[in-house]
Amino acid sequence: MQENNGDDIIKEVTSGEYKYGFYTDIETEKIPKGLNEDVIRLISSRKGEPEWLLEFRLKAYRHWITMKMPRWPNLKIPEIGYQDIIYFAAPRSHSSDKKGEIDPELKKTFDRLGIPLGEQKILSGVAVDAVMDSVSVKTTFKETLAELGIIFCSFSEAVRQYPDLVKKYMATVVPYTDNFFAALNSAVFSDGSFCYIPKGVKCPMELSTYFRINSANTGQFERTLIVADEESYVSYMEGCTAPMRDENQLHAAIVEIIAEKNAEVKYSTVQNWYPGDSEGKGGIFNFVTKRGICRGDNSKISWTQVETGSAITWKYPSCILKGDNSTGEFYSVAVTNHHQQADTGTKMIHIGKNTRSRIVSKGISAGMGQNSYRGLVKVLKNADNARNFSQCDSLLLGDKCGAHTFPYLEVDNPSAIVEHEATTSKIGEDQIFYCNQRGISTEDAVGLIVNGYAKEIINQLPMEFAVEAQKLLQISLEGSVG
Amino acid sequence: MLKITNLKASIEGREILKGINLEVKEGEIHAIMGPNGSGKSTLAAILAGRDFADVTEGTVTYYGRDLLTMAPEERSREGIFLGFQYPIEIPGVSMVNFLKTAVNEHRKHKGLGPLSASDFLKMMREKKELVEIDSKLANRSVNEGFSGGEKKKNEIFQMAMLEPRLAILDETDSGLDIDALKIVANGVNRLRKPDNATIVITHYQRLLDYIIPDYVHVLYDGKIVRSAGKELALELEKKGYEWIKTGEENSVQTWKPGMS
Repeated sequence: MQENNGDDIIKEVTSGEYKYGFYTDIETEKIPKGLNEDVIRLISSRKGEPEWLLEFRLKAYRHWITMKMPRWPNLKIPEIGYQDIIYFAAPRSHSSDKKGEIDPELKKTFDRLGIPLGEQKILSGVAVDAVMDSVSVKTTFKETLAELGIIFCSFSEAVRQYPDLVKKYMATVVPYTDNFFAALNSAVFSDGSFCYIPKGVKCPMELSTYFRINSANTGQFERTLIVADEESYVSYMEGCTAPMRDENQLHAAIVEIIAEKNAEVKYSTVQNWYPGDSEGKGGIFNFVTKRGICRGDNSKISWTQVETGSAITWKYPSCILKGDNSTGEFYSVAVTNHHQQADTGTKMIHIGKNTRSRIVSKGISAGMGQNSYRGLVKVLKNADNARNFSQCDSLLLGDKCGAHTFPYLEVDNPSAIVEHEATTSKIGEDQIFYCNQRGISTEDAVGLIVNGYAKEIINQLPMEFAVEAQKLLQISLEGSVG
Repeated sequence: MLKITNLKASIEGREILKGINLEVKEGEIHAIMGPNGSGKSTLAAILAGRDFADVTEGTVTYYGRDLLTMAPEERSREGIFLGFQYPIEIPGVSMVNFLKTAVNEHRKHKGLGPLSASDFLKMMREKKELVEIDSKLANRSVNEGFSGGEKKKNEIFQMAMLEPRLAILDETDSGLDIDALKIVANGVNRLRKPDNATIVITHYQRLLDYIIPDYVHVLYDGKIVRSAGKELALELEKKGYEWIKTGEENSVQTWKPGMS
């Protein structure tokens, strides 16, 4: 509506800019930019790693240099200068190992991000591992969780304290040979979270990791490993933000989940990396490999993602349904506004008998944004009675954006039932005007309509984050309707 | 409260309104009648702020303010309500959420805080009873899957919730069976107060059997060609719009509902 002054409205509301774009001026230790075996040795020695881990990194690196950047995503990715990236940066005063002390500047930063790190202030039901650049600066509620036998700590600490567990599970779901960015991550990964839920334990609080990129010209390469032993349950949540910069920054992470017999893992993401400005300048390249395996019978892994940030998103949180009667779920809302691009979806690999998967993907495109759903449902020969239901909806705001759907089906067992539904709709001027006429502003109307559209996904999020995600959806679409 | 003076408007260069004059005071009900294409809905849309028509001349003031410079949401918050001829579906947005947002925006405009969930639900219950609307409508998405009659009743329900000072009902009676028509009319009558006003835009006389207007205006070819008391509606019913058009009292062609 209001074609005549649409441009002004867009200009006016896009100035409601990215809230988390500030930079913390803190003394940071960085290694020189560039990537070679010496840099990998340097990272490994900085972290005081055992020899086997260095070997793993070097193998991954040697593999990576033989690989080429994948070109199959429906994305326009500029050349990335891998020798211009700094692969390790740590706030000098970080103190995740010293008891409870944390640099006041760091604490202030996370307070500003809405992630208080003092345990008395924190949301009582949520334990947080806070990661800035390449290191974990603080993990809360570690001791409380330890009483139940739950291990929740930074990945680096896990390598030192629980090497056997790390060795047993790391790279079993995402091998370093998996893909270009997985190989890169395996070579240079810095910090991330490690979480182990022992047999029969239902984790009583939400576990979460908050990733913050702070330094310029650095990449963030974290690694997260979640192991849910038999009969256990955990709900895990990650959030992320970065300063506003004109240069693109690379974030290439790996997340691995292992669910043993009768275990359930719920993994939720609210991704709010800096998306670049309204002209498409700057922003994070978010190239992430996330995969879980339902190893045991009756196990369940559920991915929920709300993707509003990043200049380019490339990720497919997937489930390997190996155990009989295991279940995989993928719930996603992905927003692309301005010049953002997303190629995201999932893979559901049915191996065990009576395995079930459910995919609900909601893409929202605005401005010049391009949003692709890419999903694979694969049913192997012995996966009797596998079931899949997929629903892919696209919502368009304006006429310069795009929505694309690339579903792949590979079914090798005749008893499988695979369903796919897809819709595309547009927010109409008449819907907006109807809201206006009832006293609701255009921005709020878009928020209302988009949140209605995404409700099914938002409802999957833990309560504390659902409200945040709703606000984020609305903010990320500001200026999209003129 | 509302004063329209020599209002002219065109759509894509074609003049639709050719100099409308109309004054509405508190407590009054005005009916605007006229054949299809006479400009009734364009007038309603301009008053509500939908800008598909260009106002080329004239003024509209609302309590002394220039209405045409106000944003649509501001007009709503200042008490102007448009009952849509074709209410819009908004999938996924529940009526409860939609109306809570709207009511709280109106309250904010008046300097009041948002209603608590329980107060809001109580208000919804009361208004539903007032306008005799079954409660299941309120639990569904805005107008989604509603029948034509349900949509119109839902407009009156929203009107009850927002308590407008000036309600403009654009062909609210079209597509209603007689029972639904009565419910809609009763709703309008019950919401009538000494300090609010209603403009009923209709093609047919029959709605005016239930909502008794103080004034009837006949809009024809972008102009109000005749204004009188409620008896004008009956005369129109008898003689048809041809009578207005030609100015001849004994026009051969009789106008029947549904014809234009």
